[in-house]
Amino acid sequence: MYFNSFEEFIHMGGHGFYVWLCYALVSFALVGYFLYSKSLTNASKKELLNFYRRMDARKTNASELDAANINPTETVEK
Amino acid sequence: MWTWFFQLASPKWVYQFADKLLPWFKAVTAILFAIGLVYGLLISPMDYQQGNTVRIMYVHVPAAYLSMFVYVLMAISGGIGFIWRIKMAHIVSVSCAPIGAIVTMLALFTGGIWGLPTWGTFWQWDARMTSYLILFFLYLGFMALHSAFDDRKTADRASAILALVGLVNIPIIHFSVEWWNSLHQGATISKFEKPSIDIDMLKALLTMIVAFQFYFFTVLLQRVKAEILQREKLSNWVRKLAIES
Repeated sequence: MYFNSFEEFIHMGGHGFYVWLCYALVSFALVGYFLYSKSLTNASKKELLNFYRRMDARKTNASELDAANINPTETVEK
Repeated sequence: MWTWFFQLASPKWVYQFADKLLPWFKAVTAILFAIGLVYGLLISPMDYQQGNTVRIMYVHVPAAYLSMFVYVLMAISGGIGFIWRIKMAHIVSVSCAPIGAIVTMLALFTGGIWGLPTWGTFWQWDARMTSYLILFFLYLGFMALHSAFDDRKTADRASAILALVGLVNIPIIHFSVEWWNSLHQGATISKFEKPSIDIDMLKALLTMIVAFQFYFFTVLLQRVKAEILQREKLSNWVRKLAIES
């Protein structure tokens, strides 16, 4: 153990501000990015469920239109 | 024997493999950081000239080393994707960029904060620092270029070229302290000579370098997983996965 007391450890021979600022920055960035990247997969899955829902809705609409023999573009032209 | 090599090109296989690997990487990262921080902050001595600010080295050097490692990985995987049109390579390349940018920024800031009390200045436009700042801009440029295209394939290819062109910056950064007069100090660890650094300091430094590496692989795997889900959203296995979760 290099330091004799906790106060000495925090004080770091007068350079405490610089050392702890650096370590705080690094911890904040690394832990923050780790948590963010972890949340990306869950966010992706939620987004995907919405995407599949919209895709399925579009397919159902398209098949209903086919069944009723309605072609949207022809109706508009007339 | 070569099956595993070709499986690396399959996003589905990589996703499942990443899922299996992640707990191990997280555990090893945590352990390495614990050991490295104890060694760096508590056990290693202070420098006879710099005092306790030398402890900043245990985050500054690993961050700087990691940023260059990540850039090389980003460029090579971009190049592989560009030449052989392997989308998994582009996924890795694109996922590397944000982590690399953050780590580069950390190295820049911690280096500056270290410089204030030790060398009297936060910044100087010398060869090492300027070329390192260019590395940071290259990361930002890579991400900006990639998001500037609507078509993902074109985006991947364009940013891969940017990454490859910027690869020349890495040896410039590395050798800048030898080739030019620089405020930044030279290399203390060499492959051929006994290191000039104290052994306790060296242990802390090497542990932290490896800890940062494992951290990078952990975060890369998480990022790659999310990217795979996005890009493969039309395939059945992703659909099944999303519905099951």
